[in-house]
Amino acid sequence: MKELNRMTLIFDGRSVNESFARVTAAAFLAQLDPTLQEIAEIKTVVSEAVTNAIVHGYGDKPGPVSMKVQIFAEGKIRITVRDKGRGIEDIPKAMTPCFTTGNEDRAGMGFSIMQGFSDKIRVRSLPGKGTTVVMEKYVGGREAVSRG
Amino acid sequence: MISYDVQERILTVSLFGEIDHHTSAGIRSEIDGLVRKYSPLCLILDFAGVDFCDSSGIAVVLGRYRLMQSLGGEVELIRLPRNIRHIFDMADLRRLVKIE
Repeated sequence: MKELNRMTLIFDGRSVNESFARVTAAAFLAQLDPTLQEIAEIKTVVSEAVTNAIVHGYGDKPGPVSMKVQIFAEGKIRITVRDKGRGIEDIPKAMTPCFTTGNEDRAGMGFSIMQGFSDKIRVRSLPGKGTTVVMEKYVGGREAVSRG
Repeated sequence: MISYDVQERILTVSLFGEIDHHTSAGIRSEIDGLVRKYSPLCLILDFAGVDFCDSSGIAVVLGRYRLMQSLGGEVELIRLPRNIRHIFDMADLRRLVKIE
């Protein structure tokens, strides 16, 4: 499918940047005239993916997090969040609802929410090398409307 | 940011702004400080002023539920914006706390 537009952002894996990343993604995608509900969903999935990179990828040693947002025809968007941190040993286990390796401030619901709010999610990870989360979603246009 | 009101051992905490991993530590410790100070029988969390909430908000509720349970009290959530209600339903929080 033909790519119409893209942006890439690289920032330090510090928690203060979680808000920056989700607001930036939402601002870039405003050109698709998304509904308030779609904006809330986009901000939430970005926040979950970026928080995972910061908390689980890097922990207390912040490294670079990159976020790429692409726009395709018919309102299809793809958000790619990548870190070069610890990686995930067991991806299916990490994606199990309520599973977390974090402390009591994590609910283990990040992947469930990313799955619930996007149409497609793919996770690639290599222990010691980092993790890439790719999410696709239809926003605004005919496609999203016809899909209800 | 939070504000609160205590009446007859019912502590109502109103949450404002954004709840994410970055802000939730401060929110948790502020609420826990109030719970320890007032020993309420019921903790009501009012979400009407919350603009954004991700899974960190689920952890805020779960942790407060555990704290209130250890003190013999309960937690109730009120005035949830639609999107936050959706996220909390994914985590099945209704099993543990009352949601208005």
